[in-house]
This record gives sequence, C-alpha cells and structure tokens, in this order.
Amino acid sequence: MSDVIRAVGLVKTYGEIHALDGLDLAVPEGTVTALLGPNGAGKTTAVRILATVLDADDGFAEVAGIDVRKDPNAVRSRIGLSGQFAAVDEYLTGYENLDMVGQLYGLRRRPSRDRARELLDTFGLADAADRPVKTYSGGMRRRLDLAGALVAHPPVLFLDEPTTGLDPRSRTDLWEVINELVKAGSTLLLTTQYLEEADRLADDIVVIDHGKAIAQGTADQLKGRVGGERVEIVVAADADLAAARTLLQELAGGEVVVDEHTRRLTAPVSGGAGVLMEALRRLDALGIAVIDIALRRPTLEDVFLTLTGHSTDEDGALPGTGARTER
Amino acid sequence: MAKTFRDGAIVAKRNLIKIKRVPELLVFTTLSPIMFILLFAYVFGSAINVPGVGYREFLIPGIFAQTVIFGATITGAGLAEDMQKGIIERFRSLPMSRSAVLVGRTGSDVLNNIIVIVVMSLTGLVVGWRIHTSVLEAVAGFLLLLLFAYAVSWIMAWVGLLVPSPEVVQQASFIVIFPLTFVANTFVPTNGFPGPLRAIANWNPVSSVTQAARDLFGNTSPLLPSPDDWSLQHPVVYTLIWIGILLAIFIPLAGRQYRRAASR
Repeated sequence: MSDVIRAVGLVKTYGEIHALDGLDLAVPEGTVTALLGPNGAGKTTAVRILATVLDADDGFAEVAGIDVRKDPNAVRSRIGLSGQFAAVDEYLTGYENLDMVGQLYGLRRRPSRDRARELLDTFGLADAADRPVKTYSGGMRRRLDLAGALVAHPPVLFLDEPTTGLDPRSRTDLWEVINELVKAGSTLLLTTQYLEEADRLADDIVVIDHGKAIAQGTADQLKGRVGGERVEIVVAADADLAAARTLLQELAGGEVVVDEHTRRLTAPVSGGAGVLMEALRRLDALGIAVIDIALRRPTLEDVFLTLTGHSTDEDGALPGTGARTER
Repeated sequence: MAKTFRDGAIVAKRNLIKIKRVPELLVFTTLSPIMFILLFAYVFGSAINVPGVGYREFLIPGIFAQTVIFGATITGAGLAEDMQKGIIERFRSLPMSRSAVLVGRTGSDVLNNIIVIVVMSLTGLVVGWRIHTSVLEAVAGFLLLLLFAYAVSWIMAWVGLLVPSPEVVQQASFIVIFPLTFVANTFVPTNGFPGPLRAIANWNPVSSVTQAARDLFGNTSPLLPSPDDWSLQHPVVYTLIWIGILLAIFIPLAGRQYRRAASR
C-alpha cells in the first residue's frame, strides 16, 4: 500500500512560536491515522497545511501523490476537510450549504442537488434540510460540516477534532458515521485530544507535542508504553508520603509519581486488582491512613506524562493552531 | 475566467440568500437613506437656498452618492464576518477559483445597491425630485453611481480583510466616509466653502459623481453653474478615471490580503 498522505519535515512558525517543528507523517491508503495531542501541539496547523489552506514555512507535503504547494487545486478536488469550528453558513439551510459546496467542487446542478439530499439523509438531517443552519444544534452543525467534506466523494479526508465540544451522545453518533466512511475505503487523517476517540477510530496513532511527532503506534502499543493500569492513592498525612512511595515502588512497573500538594501517588502497575489488594494490605500493615484509592486504565494524560514528561494542560494554545479565533 | 464568474455567482447567490433570511438588514440599509432624504429635505432644506433649482432636486443626487458609498461597507463587513465564522476556511479547501469569494461578494453588493437606489428614487419622487432628461441619460446616471459604488466596494473588501471583526469595518468606515461625503457638493454647493476646503471638495470624486448624476438627471440650473475646476466641468470623465484608479489599486490589494488573511 502506498502512502496517500505524506509529510516530511513540516515547519510552521508564528513569530517566536514553532507550531510545527519538523513534523513527519505517513498515512497509507485506506487507513485511519489519528494525530493525538494537547491544545497547541500543532495538530490543526498540520491538517491545514495538508489541506492546502495554509502554506508551510519549510518541508514537503504530498496528498494523493500531488505536491500541496505546487498544485493546490488538484489536491483540493481530491480532499474533504471538516474543521474544528463547523464551517457552515448559518443563514443558509442545510440543503443550500451542501448544494453550494457541491457546485463549488464543480458538480453540475442536478448531481449537486441529488448529492446534497442524499447526504442529508445519511446524516439524519433530512427533517432539518430546509431550515436555516442557525436553528441547528451543535451536533447537527458538526454533522452538516462533515457532510460538506464528503460531497465530492473525496478519496482523502481530513477531520480536525470532529467531536470536540459535542455531548457524549452526539460524539458516539459521529463516531459511527466516521466508522462507516472508513469501511467504505476512505483514507482519513483525524486530529483529537481524546485517546478514546483515537482508540475507537484509528488504525495508527501519532502523538504530537510542540509540533513534532513523539510517538507512533496502535492504541494498545501506546497504552503498553505507559504501563497498563494505574494505582492511585491519596494518603491522609504528609508524613506518610515517603513511606507510601517506597511501598508502592515495590509493586509498580515504573516510576511512582508523587503530587505532594494533593498527597496523591500514582503508580503504573500490571497486576490489576490483585496489586490493588496487596497495596492496601501493606498500607494497612504500616498503619498509613488512606483517603482514596483507585485502580484505573491509562488516560491520555498518562501517555503524555510518560512520553513528554509534562501534562497536557501545562502549555497554552499556540496562536494560529486554533485558526480563526486568534486572528 | 469563466470559472471565476461561475464560482463568483455561486458565492453571490449565497450572499443574497442571507438578505432574504435576514430581511432586517435590507430594511435598515434602506431606511437610513430614506431618513437622510427626509431630514435633509425638510430640516436643512428649510434653511438652505440653492439658486435656480429647488433644494430637494439638488439634494437627491448627493444622497444617492453618499448612500451607495455607505452601501459598500456591507462588502467589508460581510467579508470580515466570513473570516470570523470560518466559512472562508471551507472555501479555501475547495477547488474553486481563488478570486471567487471577492468577485461574488462585490457582485452581490451591486444588487444590494440597486435595491437601495430604487427605494431612494421612489422616496425622492415623493418629496418632489424629478428627472428632467432622457431615459438614456438617466440610466447612465444610475450606472455611473453603481460603478462608483462598485469601485468603493473593493476598497472596503480590502479593509474588511485587514481588520479583525465586522464591527470595526462599520466604525472605521464611518470615520472616513462621513467627511468624504460631507466635504463635497453633496448637501450644499461648495461656493461658500473656505478656499482650501473648496479645492478639496471640488476635486473630491464624491463631488464629481454627484455632479455627474445631477447633470445626467437634469437637476441643475444656469443660475448655479458648476465650479470652474476641470473635475466638475467634466464630472463623468473625472469619475470614470477615479473608478479606474480605484479598481486598478484595490482589486489586486484585496486579492493579496485575501490570500494572506485566509492562510493565517
């Protein structure tokens, strides 16, 4: 299988800030790759460059075998882009929005209209088709925006944080729609802040931070790298922190992280509930009072902590990566 | 080129649908010129004496000029709004003509101006304004006004892409358009202006387009001759020169700013 999306050493700088700092990326045909990273990691910037909306300062990018810089219009007729901020016209109806996009893709009048109706049906918007988008809910707008990206049956799709800000129900609905698309053979690059989303949708996950890819693999591989489950303990007294740490370290599969402020200890473990029981027994034997104890699966937060040494919310958003809001 | 027009027409149609969906917009863009006509005709008109021709006859072409120029701010505000809402981002990812957004925007605003001119003409007729020339001359007068407004639209397109929000376009243009349309022969003859101001007013293209409209509608009188300045002796030519200059400067400028602003 050849790589339908290929980027080598992409660089984009906004003043002092490196939104992209030499990003490499390869998405094989018919697969789904998720760009996973915190706000400001450069996910949106990467997608905008690949979708020809933005020019990179340096590096090379190719979509469907076409250089995005040399022939952007040829790229545009082969891609669909659905953004983080639903880019639909709120004064037009859902149908008018899709028909407009269809005509701008160069479809003739009839095929464009038929395609618009077809997509509205597919996305469960048929009842609202002739209402101005202004009256749509957030989830409906997202679906319409996604439908807009599909009008011309593009072989390559870019979805930038497709479910950010949606309620859980709409998110699950959208995941189903995306899964259908993938089954139909599209090549998809999506960005997300949620490991669960990447988990559900992607064959391959690229973790990016500060504009660089720092890890790549399947969801299981990534979770494996951060060491399976976590035991989390909150002790009652500061004086017990050191003892609890030593005790936990004996059971842990990796470094125990201590947050002194909240008296919370987090230890990566691989024995599941058994380890939890053992930890409790030992704590009890030493007479250490525990306020809270839990066993949980690794989160994006843990992946980040392990891979980058910092948590996802430590760095603020970069300008430009959030698109229009920073204009 | 054909693609630019086809895509431009699609974008223009979208802009016009907005007028249909938010009729308040059109109501207010037409109400304000009506208000201007009534205020000037009855408040200022009672004190201003224009020799040889009634003040209302004199006034209406001036208000035409002012209103179509204000109408151009819609271009800027519309583009600024589109930038803000992200629809431009979608357009940028489509295989459409690059200039279609600007061509469509300025194009749909011509239609907007036509509607406004029709409403103003009717209001003018009600307060006593008349066209005293041939149909051909009258049509030429309206076309010149629209063409001038079209050129100003391109300035506003550039401004709209330069500033961060539609509100800024409105306020910024207010500060420029008010003096521009008042330091002119729009509301009063310039003969009484102090020297330097008179020179500025007489060479102001707003004056020439107004004078051209008055000539073409026949709202003039031998008792009120045009000032001797070449600009007002040949108002149509002088206005056309300005239109040419504005288009030559601001079409490329707006185009460049569109590419820049959209790729931030």
